[in-house]
Amino acid sequence: MKPPRSSSSVRGILIKIALLSIIDAIAVFGLFMLFLQESWVAFGAVLAVTVIINWIYLRPGWLPAKYLAPGLLFLAVFQIFVVVYSGYIAFTNYGDGRNGSKDDAITTILLTAQSRVPDSPAFRITVLEQFGEYSFLVTDPDGGVFLGGDERPLERVTDFGTDSTGRADSLPGFTTLTFNDLLGNQRAITNIAVPLTDDPNDGALRTPDGSNAYLYLSSLTYDEATDTFIDREGRVYRDGGDGAFVNDAGRELIPGWTINVGFDNFVKAFTTENIRGPLISVTIWTFAFAILSVATTFALGLFLAIVFNKPNMRGKKAYRLIMILPYAFPGFLSGLVWLGLFNQDFGFINQVLFGGAAIPWLTDPWLAKFSVLLVNLWLGFPYMFLICTGALQSIPEELTEAATVDGAQPWAVFRLIKFPLLLVSVAPLLISSFAFNFNNFNIIYMLTGGGPRDVTAGVDAGATDILITLVYKVAFGEGTGRDYGLASAFAILIFFIVATVSIISFRQTKVLEELN
Amino acid sequence: MKVTSRSLMMTGAMAAATAIVLSGCSAAEPEAPQYEGSLTVWVDADRAGVLESIAAQFEEERGVTVELVTKDFGAIRDDFITQAPTGNGPDIVVGAHDWLGKLVQNGVVAPLELGDKAGDFQEVAITAMSYEGQNYGLPYSVENIAMLRNVDLVAEVPATFDDLIAAGQASGAEYPFLVGLDPNAADPYHLYPLQASFGAPVFEITADGTYDPSALALGNEGGEAFAIKLREWGAAGILNTNISGDIAREEFVAGKSPFFLTGPWNLPAIQEAGINYSIDPIPSAGGEVAAPFVGVQGFFISSRSENTLAANEFLVNYIGTEAVQTALYEVGGRAPALLSAFEAAKSNADVAAFGEVGANGNPMPNVPAMDVVWSDWGSTEVAIINGQGDPVELWRAMVESIQSKIDG
Repeated sequence: MKPPRSSSSVRGILIKIALLSIIDAIAVFGLFMLFLQESWVAFGAVLAVTVIINWIYLRPGWLPAKYLAPGLLFLAVFQIFVVVYSGYIAFTNYGDGRNGSKDDAITTILLTAQSRVPDSPAFRITVLEQFGEYSFLVTDPDGGVFLGGDERPLERVTDFGTDSTGRADSLPGFTTLTFNDLLGNQRAITNIAVPLTDDPNDGALRTPDGSNAYLYLSSLTYDEATDTFIDREGRVYRDGGDGAFVNDAGRELIPGWTINVGFDNFVKAFTTENIRGPLISVTIWTFAFAILSVATTFALGLFLAIVFNKPNMRGKKAYRLIMILPYAFPGFLSGLVWLGLFNQDFGFINQVLFGGAAIPWLTDPWLAKFSVLLVNLWLGFPYMFLICTGALQSIPEELTEAATVDGAQPWAVFRLIKFPLLLVSVAPLLISSFAFNFNNFNIIYMLTGGGPRDVTAGVDAGATDILITLVYKVAFGEGTGRDYGLASAFAILIFFIVATVSIISFRQTKVLEELN
Repeated sequence: MKVTSRSLMMTGAMAAATAIVLSGCSAAEPEAPQYEGSLTVWVDADRAGVLESIAAQFEEERGVTVELVTKDFGAIRDDFITQAPTGNGPDIVVGAHDWLGKLVQNGVVAPLELGDKAGDFQEVAITAMSYEGQNYGLPYSVENIAMLRNVDLVAEVPATFDDLIAAGQASGAEYPFLVGLDPNAADPYHLYPLQASFGAPVFEITADGTYDPSALALGNEGGEAFAIKLREWGAAGILNTNISGDIAREEFVAGKSPFFLTGPWNLPAIQEAGINYSIDPIPSAGGEVAAPFVGVQGFFISSRSENTLAANEFLVNYIGTEAVQTALYEVGGRAPALLSAFEAAKSNADVAAFGEVGANGNPMPNVPAMDVVWSDWGSTEVAIINGQGDPVELWRAMVESIQSKIDG
């Protein structure tokens, strides 16, 4: 026999059951929605996770799993899924004009192919229902009354009832639908096309609002058997293999749909004229920008940290507080503020500091590069100051004292003892700072937008464009529309560059650690 | 079509099954389906206030709840394009007409039949809301730029742009003329009326007033003549890429220039400063009419909406009414698109004056290719204004670059 459970464990079980039932309720709701949307992969995943969670928490024992499960779940949702998903997108043509399924595309093409016959009149209608089938009771502009349904041409009727405005609104044997009834099945009713006559070229009546119908002609018909669209001139649009219906002349129907394209995006990354042309200069500048940003901010931060580390300095706290301020600013906001300061004719820097000189800070290619570095220095040094201060304070004072007793000069103490010790703890942060600046989109985008651009070059890359802003321009901005597939492919490529640099750098820092 | 009806039937079957289960298998009555859903509308914060009362009225009269989701206006286009295909998007969005090309390209908007109501709106608004001969939106406002004049500095309306510069210089003010530009991208939108006066629209305009995206008209003789003029104005300091929109407004408000090419959005600041202003037509620089771009705002219905009837009813018969259009005008300050509301709003002299200038305007092109055009166009204008090369050569290079990107 087991010992009787205490009241606290009963309460624990109750809480457990309550929490689990909340989770299960959410999961069942999710499953229901996914079932309706026919998203079978997601349905399977949610079902599996729900079963596993219930199994882990309901069966006794397996304590570690109980602790690990929530963390693993969040890791899967917020990290692994995101990475896998962008990896997946990199192999599709997902982007402008290719953002849905093929079925959606067909529906939308058929929807937009409907156009109202020019100068055709508005017909007043009443929607009737009989044995679950809808019919239009049509009062034409001359007062004639007709009945027709989906793919059932109009027929004249006589024994109808009318409302006060002369519109036919009832027919024996049929139920007249009210507006509220119509709302219950809106898609079905707006999809009804009542042919005017037996000849499809006369057009069909459709209603956008349930009380008026207009004569529409479709410029395209879809043939399900051959999976083709045929327009009124007889041109055939086939599935062209790249996610759109195309005719022989190369004209595409919009929208298209998302398909897998294999390594096309990676090939495109190296063959797109807008990228390949400036790729070398932009890559060099990206490395220069990242390395110089880290070097300048680290130098200034370290210098200030040493200065402010003097124990007998007065007002240290106030100075330190002021120094942290740039760090507390949102980066993109600083970009905008500096944009104003750098204005050639009206900016504070030219007007006040340079006595009205017209220095083209942001419009000369080299000065723009300098300006970007300067602003990044301003933004970045407080961080370096903080970590250097911390690292310096963790170096025992005895080392300095011992060295001084041995007769070492202050510079030698710093160069031979403090700096190597400092690097051990700071080097990983310098590497991460490099990775951050390598992809420092905000500062470039807000300050120069990658400009100034050499318009004669015919490509979108400007003098201060780094890889990530160049990619942004090609994939999201001013190219030929958004291309998420291409952007994801670039993201993966940039990840490989940053990862390679980081791995090499971390190997190097190990050498530093071996110093001790 | 089959796909939709199949998933509809499945939805119906599932819903019915659930309903029976939930109601404990109580006697099911053969009734017409009652509507249980609601309309979701994405609006920006300014519009939301007005729509709240109209949504309440719609609910009362039509029994359909309207859920207003307030979003940042700038984010609506891209969010809508990404969310609509997932089936989680809204039924209706507020937007600008120049988004339309992108929305149609992505298949997220449904055509909207205005019926005989189309004639009740300003013609330019209806033209702007149509794409490839199909209307997609219910317009609520039109907006364009005009020439603002400081009456205390220059008393008479100049006949041409050259007269305007001469009058500006004669006035002794610091700047003969102001327009907001950007050091990297100039501002093709604001400079467009001057360009148009040389007979160079972006795309050829077809007989029905819409654009033909396959025929780039930027590169015609008029465009090159405009490029030469841009260089002249740049060299003379009349155009300065360092004068941003904010600086231009400040300087005009400070009385440092008699002329300011801008839109109604800068009027409040100018009125507050007590400037004695007049809103004039934009004088022609190249001989033809200096037609500004007209921007039209409106509402679109999602192509994935299941509430098509309700959405149509809400737009055409509620937002398309004079009371709502007037209310939207009062909060946004943009001239209403509905003619009757516009006539009433014209009692405000500023609206009437801007409207008169806009009557000569062309809607901003709504073809998807515009995204490509803006960037090259702006940076080339910067280069020409700042004298970084021969204007005609730069202009030709730009046209070639845009053409190659459109061709893909």
